[in-house]
Amino acid sequence: MTIAHHIPEDILIAYSSGSLSEAWSLVVATHLALCPDCRATVSVIDDVGGTLLEMIEQTETDEQAFDRLMRAIDDLPMDDVQPASAKRSVPAILPEPLISYLGSDLHALKWRRLGKGVFHIPITTGDTGVKARMLKVPAGRPVPMHGHKGNELTIVLVGAFHTHQGMFERGDVEVADGSIEHMPVAAPGEDCICLAVTDAPLRFRSIAARVVQKFIGI
Amino acid sequence: MSQPRSYLRLVSAGETAKARVRGYGSIMVSNEAKRQTETRELAACLLAVGQHQDRTAFHRLFIHFAPRIKAYGARLGSTQTQAEELAQDTMVKIWRKAHLFDPAKSAPSTWVFRIARNQRIDSFRREHHPEFDPNDPCFIPDSETPADMLLEQAEAEDNLARVIKTLPEEQKNLLHMAFFQDMSHSDIAQQESLPLGTVKSRLRLALAKLRKQLDGPSGPLAEESAE
Repeated sequence: MTIAHHIPEDILIAYSSGSLSEAWSLVVATHLALCPDCRATVSVIDDVGGTLLEMIEQTETDEQAFDRLMRAIDDLPMDDVQPASAKRSVPAILPEPLISYLGSDLHALKWRRLGKGVFHIPITTGDTGVKARMLKVPAGRPVPMHGHKGNELTIVLVGAFHTHQGMFERGDVEVADGSIEHMPVAAPGEDCICLAVTDAPLRFRSIAARVVQKFIGI
Repeated sequence: MSQPRSYLRLVSAGETAKARVRGYGSIMVSNEAKRQTETRELAACLLAVGQHQDRTAFHRLFIHFAPRIKAYGARLGSTQTQAEELAQDTMVKIWRKAHLFDPAKSAPSTWVFRIARNQRIDSFRREHHPEFDPNDPCFIPDSETPADMLLEQAEAEDNLARVIKTLPEEQKNLLHMAFFQDMSHSDIAQQESLPLGTVKSRLRLALAKLRKQLDGPSGPLAEESAE
């Protein structure tokens, strides 16, 4: 698998520095699990963070701080070490950290009808104002046409879709901002499953889709 | 005083290798060498804490990192108390996670930066920083495993510090805003009265320069994502 559509570097910088909010970061981290190239970039940016931390003008800490710290550590439960991650049953389809947010892998997800054969699952994050959701679009069908007031990041996890920018397959990320009116179409053969994050309500073109939107609040 | 034995071995092996590689005379071994020795020493301390909860090594880590983490918290706009708490909470995490530190994968400062960053997102913003898990069955591993490069890492870090200092002021500022002020790129654009595209491209330029130092000019992603 080769990833063709990567995350722009300015978004990687925002992720690594910690200024990117949680829902966007979920797309980035899910992409990183599948993309060694972007991981290498993030590792360089993390090094920049480490170096800036080394170079920072230091603040005095008080004399008792270390004693207080060691008392806090002595109060930790005996076996309180960070556990290695738990083994998962195979076949695994959705990568971490996405799967932890959803609570289960693909087979056990409870999809909700969105209309026109499209299903979705809203994802709760600590992020207010930015919405994350899983989307399932039937093979060969268009995602209801929409433009954007804000930004959108979409990562493909199963199947594929294409836009005027080309084909998006597992791990590929589509970046859209307010300037793009795009119409992704799911590739034939298998339903396309993505994680989509947006900071503005989608403006569906068709009245039917808009009515649905009003009721389900996306 | 229970300085771990591996620490001494690591430092002296590193010094010998460095002298061999660089052909440095003792006069030239200055700040740079001191920094590299320090990096190896901090790595050894993290290993000692991870392997046998070595409190002396942990004290050394505290002396080095706690004032920096506190300053990091203060830069991010927290109160003195919050900044102090951030340093304490981060140090507790370092204690708990030290066994996961791998000197072949990251420099001590990078590793500590990640923990401090995640802790401040947790404490100051009540959010999480989602991260991939290398043990996840879906995880696509790197095509080449990096060699044990503690020495290279110490040098690379030193280079990085030097290159950051030589970046144009405008790029350096943006990096500081991104890392230390929790500002989104559009917040930065607004505050600096710059078009968003300019903020993004300056950050990318800064990154390209920094990466060139680490990768060499023909790094795997050198030409990619120009836009």
